[in-house]
Amino acid sequence: MDLTLKVWRQDGPQARGRFETYPVQGISADMSFLEMLDIVNERLITEGVEPIQFEHDCREGICGSCGVMINGKAHGGHERTATCQLHMRTFKDGDTIVVEPWRAGAFPVIRDLVVNRSALDRIIEVGGFISVNTGSAPEANMLPIPKEVSDAAMDAAECIGCGACVAACPNGAAQLFTSAKLQHLNLLPQGQAERWQRTVAMVEKMEEYFGGCTNHGECQVACPKGISIDFISYMNRDFIKGKSLNRRLGGQGLAK
Amino acid sequence: MVTLDARIPDGPINEKWESHRFNMRLVNPANKRRFTVIMIGSGLAGASGAASLAELGYNVKVFTYHDSPRRAHSIAAQGGINAAKNYQNDGDSVFRLFYDTIKGGDFRSREANVHRLAELSVNIIDQCVAQGVPFAREYGGLLDNRSFGGVQVSRTFYARGQTGQQLLLGAYSTLMRQVGLGTVELFPRQEMLDVVTVDGRAAGVVVRDLVTGEVSSHAAHAVVLATGGYGNVYYLSTNAKKSNATAAWRAHKRGALFANPCYTQIHPTCIPASDDFQSKLTLMSESLRNDGRIWVPKDPADTRPPNQIPEADRDYYLERMYPSFGNLVPRDVASRAAKRQVDQGRGVGPKRNGVYLDFAEAIQRLGRKEVEERYGNLFEMYDRITDEDPYETPMRIYPAIHYTMGGLWVDYNLMSSIPGVFVAGEANFSDHGANRLGASALMQGLADGYFILPYTVGDYLAGLLGQKAPGTDHPAFVEARKGVEEQTRRFLSIKGTKSPDHFHRELGKIMWEQAGMERSKAGLEQALRDIPALRADFDRDLRILGTGDSLNDSLEKAGRVADFFELGELLIRDALHREESCGGHLRIESQTEDGEAMRDDEHFSYVGAWEWTGDGQPQALHKEALTFENIHVAQRSYK
Ligand SMILES: Cc1cc2nc3c(=O)[nH]c(=O)nc-3n(C[C@H](O)[C@H](O)[C@H](O)COP(=O)(O)OP(=O)(O)OC[C@H]3O[C@@H](n4cnc5c(N)ncnc54)[C@H](O)[C@@H]3O)c2cc1C
Ligand code: SF4
Ligand code: FES
Repeated sequence: MDLTLKVWRQDGPQARGRFETYPVQGISADMSFLEMLDIVNERLITEGVEPIQFEHDCREGICGSCGVMINGKAHGGHERTATCQLHMRTFKDGDTIVVEPWRAGAFPVIRDLVVNRSALDRIIEVGGFISVNTGSAPEANMLPIPKEVSDAAMDAAECIGCGACVAACPNGAAQLFTSAKLQHLNLLPQGQAERWQRTVAMVEKMEEYFGGCTNHGECQVACPKGISIDFISYMNRDFIKGKSLNRRLGGQGLAK
Repeated sequence: MVTLDARIPDGPINEKWESHRFNMRLVNPANKRRFTVIMIGSGLAGASGAASLAELGYNVKVFTYHDSPRRAHSIAAQGGINAAKNYQNDGDSVFRLFYDTIKGGDFRSREANVHRLAELSVNIIDQCVAQGVPFAREYGGLLDNRSFGGVQVSRTFYARGQTGQQLLLGAYSTLMRQVGLGTVELFPRQEMLDVVTVDGRAAGVVVRDLVTGEVSSHAAHAVVLATGGYGNVYYLSTNAKKSNATAAWRAHKRGALFANPCYTQIHPTCIPASDDFQSKLTLMSESLRNDGRIWVPKDPADTRPPNQIPEADRDYYLERMYPSFGNLVPRDVASRAAKRQVDQGRGVGPKRNGVYLDFAEAIQRLGRKEVEERYGNLFEMYDRITDEDPYETPMRIYPAIHYTMGGLWVDYNLMSSIPGVFVAGEANFSDHGANRLGASALMQGLADGYFILPYTVGDYLAGLLGQKAPGTDHPAFVEARKGVEEQTRRFLSIKGTKSPDHFHRELGKIMWEQAGMERSKAGLEQALRDIPALRADFDRDLRILGTGDSLNDSLEKAGRVADFFELGELLIRDALHREESCGGHLRIESQTEDGEAMRDDEHFSYVGAWEWTGDGQPQALHKEALTFENIHVAQRSYK
């Protein structure tokens, strides 16, 4: 198929960006979106134009590297689909496709379609873990965990850290990401000891970088892993509890 | 002249690690702070190793070319991780895991290393569960297991189809905890481009900032490479696009021996390539073989859709040829069998380049819901890529390059032949011999990082007490930094006509053709003529646009492809010298009458470790003999 690509080009973090238009001929419907970009880049190189910088690695929707706005939608707007999982068969011959980087205050553009998402790592380093040093773990089956609980934790843990939720949010909020990270650990018995301090620390760190949530719900629609917006309400509940609890009691009796 | 001393401790196999741990020197807590350890890589091996070393009190610096440690290629592992917990009461034990791994590796790995791995496997599961890794559970709340290719017990732990993701997020979370505590300094988007040695010991590394192009030096008392495998030398593989061998290769050129480069693994269950633009191949987890049945039409001319081919006209060739293991034969056996079916013209799909993996019987036996529970996300992934629904029509699969057993040579302490340079995870050659069992790479990466490096790096550092590490103003650093800058300049100045991807793709074709599942003397010799010719073209006709001081993906690729050329050539030479069939590969000249691989223990029961002898010179081969005292050496048979 033949397409027209309008791509955001920006030479560096401080440079002014602009859209460039590239006609793209002879794309097969079985190609992935990123393979289409590969081909465009090969052609650009032949023509002496610097190739489009974009982020990618696993190309199977798990590493969270890829991620661009396609026609104004994060990852192209298909359910449970990361950019690398998008196939050209979802487009029509003759389409114009607009490709932009994530747009969010906390994700400055590095070059072209590549942004800096390290703010997400900053949230993790203040509490996104269970403090257990190597060697001090008890026998794994000492602690039975109801399958439903473990499954729910896994639902949250599936987040790939792509940042689409932030890019899709009119406020540039990172609530969906942070709540997924929190609930993965907060749901599990192993995560209880640090539950309240974890929640408070991560939420406060999040607020340093990201916008506030006003319940637009765009994040859930954009999320390639189907992370549920319900996790945000659990996070808000835990945050309020975490703030009001007397930590010296370790949250005992209040953890319900 | 290098001598290979694996430094395997004395004593009975099941006491070696225990007594070695006792004999290793310790560093007292106040002194640990004085030591800096550089970790290159933040996959399972790197993240777990860096976090564990930092917990002990060492200063750790972690470098990764990814934007976040969590994106390392380990994230993509699907199927699971082995451990000898024997929770299923089905006869598993440390010894059986040890036995299976040695046998699966076709008697080409070290007994002592593998036994240690089996011993540590049980601790890994404990550690990961404590970190909150949400492994699959049974209704009683206890951990669930599944069986995985090549073994007859259920010892594989898994988290849906995303085991690698969950294990890496666990290791990443412990790493980030240390970053928050200030014991680990994190350097994302920095690519290591040289190892620096002073007086024959590790002194540090030279890295390039991928965003600004700045080249900088970092000094340390020890350097650990946990930089993953080199499967992408074949261009098309299941590895992440950016996975590369540069770190290992630069260490090799500084004196680290490279062991068994020809031992590469081909995974039997990948989605066949659909066109020439294919950028990578997608793995369908091996666990699918537990319930899926593999077949092709008996008649190559049969073009009916699979559902209309009656049982009588199907050949379930694995079940027929290997009645006791059936669809669960090891990866190499399954891969070769598939290749033969396709070569005989019985391949299926539009390009006739696959075989069927059929779930109809499983759906009948278990019900669709259960099949969905077990494989739902894999089916979804398949459907998305091929636009075919595996609940309705059988999947099509074909083998692809997946894993590299070869890697930098290490001794029992995971130290390379450069003192102070350690190698962990897929980057080393240590535990899988000539073929890796499914679900054992994650186990090995985490055993190396959580439970081996913290001791063995400590032992090395204890010997350095009171010695000052050379600073980055040392001439060795200055020279290495110059070399890196010079390389960037060279790539930018060629100003030819072809992209690095072009050369990578062409190299991959040669590798797959001549050093894939089946290898012959003539083919390998041909490759030894083709690769240098292509390399010469690369040096003459490469085109890199842009500059060296901003994010430049093609420039990064050029360096990696240049190293793949050299590694590819070594791989071919290693394959050529190993005139036997073993593990993952078949040497045409060495097979039995019925076409099964024939090993040659008399001549090849050794680790082949190659020493760099200078640009344009063939590497020198060193042999580490393998002895088997605990397992009776036999030809593998899965009949
Ligand atoms: C699709 C797929 C599925 C798999 N499934 C399974 C499975 O089910 N079970 C199993 O046991 N194994 C599986 N494997 C194998 C397993 O995932 C890998 O062998 C393992 O994860 C490798 O881990 P690692 O820590 O050694 O390296 P990696 O995870 O590859 O990490 C390498 C790290 O090194 C960094 N790095 C590399 N070079 C440099 C450099 N020059 N400078 C700076 N940083 C650098 C990278 O940024 C990265 O952080 C699978 C592999 C694939 C491809
Ligand atoms: S919550 Fe979803 S959209 Fe947000 S980072 Fe995680 S996977 Fe991406
Ligand atoms: S490239 Fe890894 S998620 Fe898209």
